[in-house]
Amino acid sequence: MSAKEGKQVLYSGNEAAGEAAIRAGCRFYAGYPITPQNRLTAYMADQLPLRGGVFVQAESELAAINMLYGASAAGARCMTSSSSPGISLKQEGISYLAGSELPAVIINVQRCGPGLGNIAPSQGDYYQATRGGGHGDYRCIVLAPAGVQEFGDLTYDAFDLADRYRNPVMVLSDGMIGQMMEPVSFDHLPPASPPPRPWALTGEPGRDRNLIKSLRLDAADMEGFHRKLLAKYAEAQEKDVRFETSGPQDAEVLLVAYGTSARICGQVVEKPPPGLPFRVALFRPITLWPFPGRQLAEWAGRVRGMVAVEMNAGQMVDDVRLSVAGGCRVELLSWLGGRVPEAAGIAEGIASLFASPREARAQ
Amino acid sequence: MSTEQETELTAKPLYRRPAAMHEVTTHYCAGCGHGTMHRVLAEVLDELGIRERTIGVAPVGCAVLAYNYVDIDWTEAAHGRPPAVATGLKRMLPDRIVFTYQGDGDLASIGMAETIHAANRGENITIIFINNAVYGMTQGQMAPTTLVGQRTATTPRGRDAATEGHPIRMCELLNQLHAPAFLVRTTVSSPKHVRQAKRALKKAFQYQMEGVGFSLVEVLSPCPTYWRMTPVESCRHIDEAVSKVFPLGVIRDVKADDRETD
Repeated sequence: MSAKEGKQVLYSGNEAAGEAAIRAGCRFYAGYPITPQNRLTAYMADQLPLRGGVFVQAESELAAINMLYGASAAGARCMTSSSSPGISLKQEGISYLAGSELPAVIINVQRCGPGLGNIAPSQGDYYQATRGGGHGDYRCIVLAPAGVQEFGDLTYDAFDLADRYRNPVMVLSDGMIGQMMEPVSFDHLPPASPPPRPWALTGEPGRDRNLIKSLRLDAADMEGFHRKLLAKYAEAQEKDVRFETSGPQDAEVLLVAYGTSARICGQVVEKPPPGLPFRVALFRPITLWPFPGRQLAEWAGRVRGMVAVEMNAGQMVDDVRLSVAGGCRVELLSWLGGRVPEAAGIAEGIASLFASPREARAQ
Repeated sequence: MSTEQETELTAKPLYRRPAAMHEVTTHYCAGCGHGTMHRVLAEVLDELGIRERTIGVAPVGCAVLAYNYVDIDWTEAAHGRPPAVATGLKRMLPDRIVFTYQGDGDLASIGMAETIHAANRGENITIIFINNAVYGMTQGQMAPTTLVGQRTATTPRGRDAATEGHPIRMCELLNQLHAPAFLVRTTVSSPKHVRQAKRALKKAFQYQMEGVGFSLVEVLSPCPTYWRMTPVESCRHIDEAVSKVFPLGVIRDVKADDRETD
C-alpha cells in the first residue's frame, strides 16, 4: 500500500513524526521545550502513555539525550526531538550514543542561528548534522524530509536504520516542514519489527553480564573500534543512500536541494517560470549522510552547472563540490535569516548566474 | 591447637570473596574507599539475591571501571549524566534494580541538574554517592564538596570560601524536595561504619524493590593520594574533620518513625 491509498488525515509535520515514531515501536521519548518543535513533544506526551510507552519531560536537552542513552541501553526503541540550539546541547550525548553503538532517533526541526537566532525555518544545521556534530570520529545517518508525509515516513524508517547500524539517526527537518499541515496516511507503515538486542542491559538471569561503554583506553582497541565504525559507515554508503530526481534528463542546469528548499525547487522544475532560459532538473538528496555523491557526480558531464539551493550561507554546497570534484561548475543560491525561497526567486537566480559574464567566459 | 581444630577452621572461612565480585585486583590506590564500597555493594547484591537483576550506571571518574569488579549488567554514562541514564533504564525496566555509582564532581557539580531532577521526579532508583571531597582521576582538583581550607590542585592555597564557596551538602539539599524516600550519609572510615554503610545500602535497594522511591546513600570516602595522607590518617581525617562538615546519619527515611543514625 502506498501513502496515497490509505486513510488520509490532516497532520502537521511535527505530529506526523510523532505518530510515525509510535507506529515504529518507539517506547520512550524524552524532550525539552523549544520552538518550533513543541507540537511533537506535546503529541508524544499525549499519545505515548496511552500506547504502551513512556514520556518524560526532561530537565534539559542533556538529560533528555542521556535518558535515551539509558532507554536504548535497556533495549527500547527511543526518540527525542528538538530544534537547533537544543540539538547543539544534545551533541555530547549523541557522541556517546555513537561511541557505545546505541540506536536512537533524534529529530531536529531546524530554526535559524547562530545563537538564539530566530524561530523561522532554516537549514543552518547541515554541518552539525552531517559531520558527526559532537566530539570524536563518528557519523550520524541523516534523513531530510521535504513534506509532512515524508517527515512521518522517514521518522519510521529512522528506527530501522538506527537498529540496523546500532547508530544514532537524525531526521533533519525545519520549522516549515514541522509546522505546516498536509493530508497524510499511516496505513502503509508495516507493524514495527525491532530486531533482537542480545547486547541490551535487561538484567536477564542466566547469561553472562552485558556491558555498554565507550571507554577504550588501549589505542589498539580504540583503533579497532574506529575501523568497526568505518566498516558500518561504508555499508551504509553502499546500501542506504537515498535521493530523488525530477525534471528532464537533458537538463542544462541541475538544482541540488533538500527539505523545504527542495520542495520549492520542485515547483521550478514542474512549472518553469516564464523567461527561464534553461531546462532545469532537481536532484534531491534524502540521506544527507551518507550523501549521494556518486549518483550526483553522474550528472556533472551532462549539465552546464549545478546550483545548490540552501536556506543557509552555503553548507551542503561543500558536499556537492566534493562529489563532482571539479567536474562541472557548482554555484550557490542562498536564503538567509530564516527567509524561505520562492520559485520566481530561484528562477531569477539561475538566469542571472548562468547569463553572467563569468558564464560567457566559461563557454 | 589440635589437628581437629585446624580442619574446622579451614572448612568454615570467616571471610570470602562475594559471588558478585570478579576475582581481579582493582586499580584503586592504597587506602581508597572505592574498593571497600565495591565489596559492600557486592555483598548486598549477594545477600538480596539480586545480582542478575541489577543494572549499574558507572560514572566518569576513578570508579568508571567499576564494571571490571562487580559482576552485573553495567553501562557507562557521560560525566554527570548517570541519573538521566538511570531514568531511561528504570522507566523501561521497572522490575529491575537500577543504581548509579557517582563521585562528588559527577553528582554535585557537572551533574547537579540531573541529580536534583531525578530526585525531584522520585525516580525509583538508588544513587551511591562517593564523597571524597576531591577530583581523583584528574589529579586532585577542587570538588564541590572540598572542605574550606583544603588544598587541591586548583586551590593550592586552600579553598577560599569567599571566592570558591562552601562545600555543598547534597543530602541536605535533596531533603528540601518532596519526593526522595531515603537520604543517608555514611562512611567507610572504620569497620563499624562500613557495617552501617552496608545496612544503609541494603535498605536503599530494598526500598527500590518495594517501590518506595528515590534513595541516595552518600559515603564519605578517603582519598589518601590527593589528601596527601596515609590511609590511616585519611580515615582519622574523616572522623575528625570531614564528618564535622558532612554529619553522618539518616537525613530522610519516609518509612521510619524516628530518625536513627544507622
